[in-house]
Amino acid sequence: MKTILIVEDSATTRALIRAVIDELGDVETVEAASGFEALKVLPQQEYDLIITDINMPDINGLELISFVRSNQRYVHLPIIIVSTERSEEDKKRGMALGATNYVTKPFKSGELLEIIKKTIGL
Amino acid sequence: MKASKKEFIAEAEELLEESQRLILEVQDTYQSGLNPDTINALFRAMHTLKGVSGLFGVQGITTLSHALETLMDDVRLGKIEVTDGVVNFLFKNLDILKDITERVSQDSDEGDIATYLREIEVFRESLKGQVEGDSPLSLIDPSIMKVLSEYEEHRLKANLKDGKGIFLVKAVFPLETFDTSLEALTKKVKAGGELISTLPTSENVPDGSIGFNLMFSSVGQVEELQQALGYPLDMLVKPRAAKPVPVVVVESAAEAAVTTPQKPQDTHLKSTSTTVRVDIEKLDRILNTVGELTLAKGAVKRIGTELVELYGHNTLVYDIHKISQTLERRLAELQDQVLEIRMVPIGQIFTRLAQIVRRYSREVDKQIDLVLYGEDTELDKYLAEEIVDPLMHLIRNSIDHGIEHAEDRRKKGKKESGTVILRAYQKGNHVVIELKDDGAGIDVDKVRKKAIEKGLIQEGAVLTEKEVIDFIFAPGFSTKDVVSDISGRGVGMDVVKEKLSVLGGYAEVETKKDAGTTFMLTLPITLAIIKALIVRVGDERFAVPLTSMSETLIVEHKDIQTIEWKEVYYLRGEMLPMIRVSTFFKFPPLPTERSFAVVVGFGERKVGLLVDELYGQQEIVIKSLGEYLKKMRGFAGAAEIGKHEVILVLDIESLIDDSVVKLKGGAIYV
Repeated sequence: MKTILIVEDSATTRALIRAVIDELGDVETVEAASGFEALKVLPQQEYDLIITDINMPDINGLELISFVRSNQRYVHLPIIIVSTERSEEDKKRGMALGATNYVTKPFKSGELLEIIKKTIGL
Repeated sequence: MKASKKEFIAEAEELLEESQRLILEVQDTYQSGLNPDTINALFRAMHTLKGVSGLFGVQGITTLSHALETLMDDVRLGKIEVTDGVVNFLFKNLDILKDITERVSQDSDEGDIATYLREIEVFRESLKGQVEGDSPLSLIDPSIMKVLSEYEEHRLKANLKDGKGIFLVKAVFPLETFDTSLEALTKKVKAGGELISTLPTSENVPDGSIGFNLMFSSVGQVEELQQALGYPLDMLVKPRAAKPVPVVVVESAAEAAVTTPQKPQDTHLKSTSTTVRVDIEKLDRILNTVGELTLAKGAVKRIGTELVELYGHNTLVYDIHKISQTLERRLAELQDQVLEIRMVPIGQIFTRLAQIVRRYSREVDKQIDLVLYGEDTELDKYLAEEIVDPLMHLIRNSIDHGIEHAEDRRKKGKKESGTVILRAYQKGNHVVIELKDDGAGIDVDKVRKKAIEKGLIQEGAVLTEKEVIDFIFAPGFSTKDVVSDISGRGVGMDVVKEKLSVLGGYAEVETKKDAGTTFMLTLPITLAIIKALIVRVGDERFAVPLTSMSETLIVEHKDIQTIEWKEVYYLRGEMLPMIRVSTFFKFPPLPTERSFAVVVGFGERKVGLLVDELYGQQEIVIKSLGEYLKKMRGFAGAAEIGKHEVILVLDIESLIDDSVVKLKGGAIYV
């Protein structure tokens, strides 16, 4: 059983990502509507993957990635960036900070599914 | 319309209204210093609209809001500078989105959006890259720079360009409580500057804690800021023009001093979690049910009274009396609560009107300052929506015919820009909306001439100035150089008046040459259930809404005098015009010596209605007379009272109108 944390401020996009993950079967999801909420749920359990947006109010995705990578407990936790085509520059920065992969919004469900599988080795 | 679509329309309208408020804010502040949060909120509103419309498959709105989102993104990243042109362009596109939303709500096609889309793209491309200027980012530690998003980097650059200082505050909080502590710190930081980035960290932080590096800009001094925040501080870049700025958490006292308070902004998508959106029709249905229960309650009460007469005071009778009282109280509560749900602050429609003023004044090239008062005044949602168009007509009229061009104003010794004041306040059971301009005023002589031309009065008729001016409300009374034909739309003041009458309100006007005109619209706070006085005229019973009456009198017919063809009665030394309701409805006259007078109307429009008998007060639910009888003058509707008896409700406004004109000039307009 794997657990994935979805960090995304749009409820619609969160639901879409969850629907894709549900296709994987035995995977649990936890959702956070901002980087701030992610910080709250992060220590509460072990995760196998974080899927995060970049542009969010309060703490953004880059800051979240930076935090995760600087913390011994999460340093190996894979991260997938899900961001719009407009945030090309932000995506590059995210990858430089240590994100594992990225998907561009709007995405096809198969595309995200493939990247998740590849990232967590399913 | 399907429920899901209704939901979409409601949400889209809300977002568009919010966008409108934000664009107005941008317009007001871009020259004096734009709040980046406003631009960001506008960007997010478009982003959300795109998401919502995409979800509901409304393709045109999705595409357009996407294009506007991209435009706003360039604005918030500083790639496009805000100018008057940008603001106007945003307003224009907001109208287009509103228009499409309206079409979707009426189940018609979204229409072709290709032209609009191209326009947005061309507009965006034409402005991009006009802003230049990089700032010394090398002053900032690269480890900080790399976690900034493009937007945050832009904000950092913009602040450096403005010569603001850049500071870094480090705070460590226990994991369990970090959310409230960080929120409090963020609030303090925002009070003294602009928060650019919040970077969580676990470096040099004990177990069970979390650290935060907050980067912010400010013009304050290190010591001051440190004291205000209560945490150690690093100054990354020194402010260029260092001037002390008090760093305090803004409290309500400061906000109270502002005449047009802005609602606190919340860019989080989760903000409406405790709000339920309800279709007003559903509330109408509840009110109808309450109305019917009110009738049932009346029946219980009546039975109680009859039982007393039949059996005297015994325990059962006492019980039914008690139950009837409880029923009455609880029903009144229920009714109040439902009515309260329907209330909205009038500020909602003021925002829309403000936009009209700004845009229209630009169209006709007049500079106008709009001042708003009493935006918190509450009004029934239905009434608020119904009154917004009449108000818009009046405002356009003020700008068209009231406010003079700058040159003329200068000649008259007035300040060049005209002032339009919109003020709302509660007055008893009514809400008064005042629209005041400092323009040229209405030309009384022109109105009189026109009224004679139209045959509304005879030449030489003796009328007060106020009575003459009231003719602007007469049907078909429109003259380009006086008032009324608003912007060539063929909509006259009579429509405004009629609308108000339908809503149970009335319009008044005051004007003074070269000083300006004030329109006062008085509306009941709510429709639906009202208290009414039941009266008898001849063999008929009528209901008179209590909201329009002030007192009742017993009048001896010999005390009624005739002055200038008008029947009047001296009430406490003041002349009160009398209207015989029986004459009005052409009932056969009854030989009586005294009658009752119901005093109705307000101010100069106060009259006494002569009726034969008063029966007492009752709560009534006014029902429409239906299409067939709608055109009949004198009635506001019908109501059921007790034992399935239906009576007509008098429309006080039209009674006053018709009588005043019939008595005055001899001619009649209907």
